[in-house]
Amino acid sequence: MEIRVDHLTRVEGHGNILALLEDGRLRQAVFQVVEANRFFEGFMRGRSWEEVAHLATRICGICAVSHCYASLQATEAALGIHISDQTRLLRRLTMNAEQISSHALHIYFLAAPDFLRLQSVLPLVKQSPETVLRAFRLKKTGYDLGEMVLGRHCHPVAAVPGGFTSVPRLSEVAAMKERLIGLRPDLDATVELFQQLEAPQFERETEYVSLRHPDHYAWLGGEIVSSDGAAVMTEDYREAIQEYVVAHSTAKHAKWNRESYRVGAVSRLNNNWPQLRKEAKDAMQALNLRPPLHNPFLNTAAQVVELVHCVEDSIACLEEILHEGLQEQEIVVRPRRGRGVGVVEAPRGLLIHDYTYDERGRCAKANCIIPTGQNYANLDREMQAYVAQFAAHPAKGKSCRRQTRPGGQGRAQPKDELQRGLEMLVRAYDPCISCSVH
Amino acid sequence: MADKPRVAFFDFACCEGCQLTVLSIGEPLIQLLEHVDVVTWREAISEHSDQFDIAIVEGSITRDSDVPRLKKIREKAKVVVALGACATLGGVQGLGNLFGRDELRALVYGEAYDKFAQDWIFEAGEVRPISAEIPVDISLHGCPINASEFVNVMEHLLVGRPYQVSNETVCHECKLNQYECVYDRGQICLGPVTRCGCNAICTSRGHRCFGCRGVIDQVNLRAARDVLQEHGLQLEDILGMFHIYSLRAEPEKRMAEGEAELRKAEPWRFGSTTSLE
Repeated sequence: MEIRVDHLTRVEGHGNILALLEDGRLRQAVFQVVEANRFFEGFMRGRSWEEVAHLATRICGICAVSHCYASLQATEAALGIHISDQTRLLRRLTMNAEQISSHALHIYFLAAPDFLRLQSVLPLVKQSPETVLRAFRLKKTGYDLGEMVLGRHCHPVAAVPGGFTSVPRLSEVAAMKERLIGLRPDLDATVELFQQLEAPQFERETEYVSLRHPDHYAWLGGEIVSSDGAAVMTEDYREAIQEYVVAHSTAKHAKWNRESYRVGAVSRLNNNWPQLRKEAKDAMQALNLRPPLHNPFLNTAAQVVELVHCVEDSIACLEEILHEGLQEQEIVVRPRRGRGVGVVEAPRGLLIHDYTYDERGRCAKANCIIPTGQNYANLDREMQAYVAQFAAHPAKGKSCRRQTRPGGQGRAQPKDELQRGLEMLVRAYDPCISCSVH
Repeated sequence: MADKPRVAFFDFACCEGCQLTVLSIGEPLIQLLEHVDVVTWREAISEHSDQFDIAIVEGSITRDSDVPRLKKIREKAKVVVALGACATLGGVQGLGNLFGRDELRALVYGEAYDKFAQDWIFEAGEVRPISAEIPVDISLHGCPINASEFVNVMEHLLVGRPYQVSNETVCHECKLNQYECVYDRGQICLGPVTRCGCNAICTSRGHRCFGCRGVIDQVNLRAARDVLQEHGLQLEDILGMFHIYSLRAEPEKRMAEGEAELRKAEPWRFGSTTSLE
């Protein structure tokens, strides 16, 4: 039996599912990445420190803000630029904005149709318009929150090395706060929706990697930690993460302590859940999520929890801004030779930018490690485990372990059901494929 | 309503930020869905059809193996809309054309590139806009596109009116909005020669224009040079900035040609030349 899905739908970028079985035994199962390389690390060389973030954000249309900040952090570390508390607060706020907008996109438009056995949200426009409007409302509010601070959510305008070229008016901030408070019923409805949706029964423990910050649920900076107990400073990421090339992917794979690891919402929740806001912990309870989560399909539910966290944390940020006020701050940059590393938690996980600048402030070397790239090795292994569990012929004995999957009890799944499960598994990773190839 | 136009989205090498900008329009998108049938959109839906009227294509072409897919789209579509700077100009990755492909591949893939050099994963060619391979009916410029311009283009297509791509400069829109001139802040801006349609979004937030909509059709080189000269700059000082979006569109070449003509016709513009002495 061969399963082949060319250009998987409802994911960002171009990737294929390949699975080959002989006599019910797994021969091969991989996610083939066929996206064209744009060679960002190559062509950013020679560009001025002032242009690099403008280019770097364009690695990704979904997580442009994350790329922007990883890039700015790297440039700031390299050139010795310090940022103000106000800048730090505005960055935290807009990282929240990106998670809201990106998670809403994945939860509703990309992942939910799988749970509902639909091809897309299009049938819901007629069947359940309120659900679609809610999805748009959540996504658009995240987008508009980003736009309020950054001038544009994709791709940010106002964020530059050292701070912001302009700041929002307090009247806008106050109105945005009300709008976010108005999202609370939508958050409740989202949690309720996912209480009803059942994830496939499938578990595979792996290494979970994320940032960790002593003071808060980490989005920007901190140290890189593994659920296996290891931790490195962000600038020492090379001591931990090894990238390598495989023959079935234009994006590189990565490993740390084991042969693969997982980044993203499920890893953040596993590593940092005690730092979530109370409302998000309530959502965790409502969704019956008890970390450590080992079911990859629960990544989407973990995103629901983070969605709640980010809306609440944004409201707190906006309150702080209204209390403290905002000043236009002058930015002075003196180009110099140096190297800097920026690490953030993009919606899909750990994102690293590493630049070296020459004495004129021209980029001499660039390295970017993308969340989805780091997940591919783990995804391949999970696809293999999934096929082994659900496709094996019952007569073949040992490999027949599935019991709990609805509709598949005691029997090997038919091909279309297996294919559906694999598609759903890839989508649960929320892959950002063109970003991973960059 | 059987005759609703059938719309399909496609993408090549890009960040898919322009399609996401379309998805972020929000409710107006639902209204638009009342007037068109979206039949193919890999990023957002699993439904699929090869029968479509309007093809909206994001991304640049970087591999010869992608060209047949693009040509097939052109054959099937009545109208092809190029969506965003990658499709209209080649996008930021066009900067890669400044380097050799082998250099880029060796840099990114390291030893593996030597090890399995023949493999398909390394295929890479010159970065070009889709118009280098197929005729394009409407170019929706910008990195990313302006969402309201997208809606505007769709409205034009729905009522069957031709869409006129703007050919004014960003300066034009910037002045209408009464924003402070970037040059007056002591920074260099590509607004004087860049196509508008973005409502000067970057200068509105205190930044400068990076030229993502490309150079307008008839550059007023005299005016551009005057602005630069007023601020103690030469055209040469800013040419490198055009590489980000317009290396492929060769503004440098066009400007150099225009400049040679100008140098001949009005040598006094070029500082200490013989005619002034």
